[in-house]
Amino acid sequence: MFSHEINEMVRLKEKIYQWIFSILAFSSLFFLVGIIIVLFKESLPLFSKIKLSSFLFGKSWYPTFDPAEFGILPLILASLWVTFGALLVCVPLGIGSALYLNELAGHKQKAILKPLIEILASIPSIVYGFFGMVVMAPFLQNLLDLPIGLCAFTASIILGIMAVPTVCSIAEDALSYVPAAFREASFALGANRWQTLIKVVIPAAGSGISTAIILGISRAIGETMTVLMVAGGAAVIPKSFFDPVRPMTAAIAAEMGEAPLGSLHYHALFSIALILFLVTFVFNIIAELISRRFRLKLGLAG
Amino acid sequence: MKAIGKLLLLGLMMAGLVLPCYAEKIVIEGSTTVLPIAQKAAEEFMDMHSGANLSVRGGGSSVGIASMIDGTCDIADASRAIKDTELDKAMTNGRDPVAHIVAMDGIAVIVHPSSRINALSKKQVKAIFTGQISDWSQVGGQPGKIVAISRDSSSGTYEAFGELVLDKQKPRADALLQASNQAVTQTVARTPAAIGYVGLGYVSSSVKALEIDGVMPSKETVLSGKYPVTRPLFMYTNGQPQGAIKEFMDFVKSEQGQRIAEEEGFVGLK
Repeated sequence: MFSHEINEMVRLKEKIYQWIFSILAFSSLFFLVGIIIVLFKESLPLFSKIKLSSFLFGKSWYPTFDPAEFGILPLILASLWVTFGALLVCVPLGIGSALYLNELAGHKQKAILKPLIEILASIPSIVYGFFGMVVMAPFLQNLLDLPIGLCAFTASIILGIMAVPTVCSIAEDALSYVPAAFREASFALGANRWQTLIKVVIPAAGSGISTAIILGISRAIGETMTVLMVAGGAAVIPKSFFDPVRPMTAAIAAEMGEAPLGSLHYHALFSIALILFLVTFVFNIIAELISRRFRLKLGLAG
Repeated sequence: MKAIGKLLLLGLMMAGLVLPCYAEKIVIEGSTTVLPIAQKAAEEFMDMHSGANLSVRGGGSSVGIASMIDGTCDIADASRAIKDTELDKAMTNGRDPVAHIVAMDGIAVIVHPSSRINALSKKQVKAIFTGQISDWSQVGGQPGKIVAISRDSSSGTYEAFGELVLDKQKPRADALLQASNQAVTQTVARTPAAIGYVGLGYVSSSVKALEIDGVMPSKETVLSGKYPVTRPLFMYTNGQPQGAIKEFMDFVKSEQGQRIAEEEGFVGLK
């Protein structure tokens, strides 16, 4: 009888703990759904006044002009443009560092280098922005004889540097998951280090590395403060890397504070946020799918 | 330790009881251009009147006026006159916005100190900022691409410049948009090919202000109205101000209040 009661107590306790932790786990789902609902609710009113096609493909963004124009093609292209530029910086740097850390660096070097690279991720983005504005932009302006240093090129470099830790850290994890047996088998067949790296290790870690790159893209496309301070902010369709541009995030950050609540401009900014959200959402799902396949391939997950 | 805790608690409770007894809270909201005047004036006003409770926020002229129409602020700062659409909305909400000019602001057109240009006509400035002119040689400067620097599309300075200089035409899309007057000054100071516009108070020795239609921007030319890019700065109240709001408005318009406006880089009315 007595032991039965204790059993009951324990079971109740366990149930309570289970409940608490499921609530905690599901709370992020709750936030996600909440954010999606708000994004849709605040952006849909725009489309009763403006056609979706003229919003997505319109070439002029004059939200406070009379009559206002809400074409966000320049903003979308600006985001893609600086993200593409950032990729050109962060992929070689990030993957290169990951390969070095995993293949060449000794234990000591790795113990110092990896945390150092990860510290890059903990620098607040406004610091990067300030660095870009005060140091990088004037430097590039003089070096390349540009009319203005605040442009897509400068923004791409800074964004690329910011994405390096994401790419490096995930790619390095992927490389380290490649079982030692793969390497040993390759060496046993007489392949040298370089051949093993190119023919065995990188293909085996390939999808992990792709995940790293895609998460790097997400990081770059969603970054706000840096592009707001460094990209120049001109809402034109970029023709070269040296044009000032206005990515979607910068437009939202710069204009939301002064857009009257409930105005078309306000709804338009929410619509931009919705599109940005959908883009990063898709990227993250792709990354998740690839990395799941990767874990499966290496036998790391059931 | 415990006693201190109790004392603190008692203090907090008393503060909670006492605070609501202060005079009504005055909320000031609106233009970021007028913000420094409102902020400083509110501080000095509260120093002088121990019971006064003022809260000052930015947000922009449109936000300030909208808040006053909705009744969530008492004084709306604005760097432009109220629009007809806003006036209609105020009427339907039973509000009666009354304008008070609190200072004058001149918008200076600035270039890099190394520029050969010293003066432009208002027409030329308009042509540059609407995109008809895009090389300095077209206005007598060193040949090279003009880098036009503008303010964010919701800033009061942007709107005033659009009305006073651009005749409500669209500014060029490839103008760089900067978030504040300081940012425009800094960018122009670092960019030899740049041209920008800022409130008179933000002209520093690192940039060169241009003569417009033959008139140099200065306190005198702004106050006399000779300088063509001049605008009044407003505070709007609902009806004729009364009580504490009236006292504050009188303070802003007094010599001391106008000295504050001058200190913040605007042109006082006295």
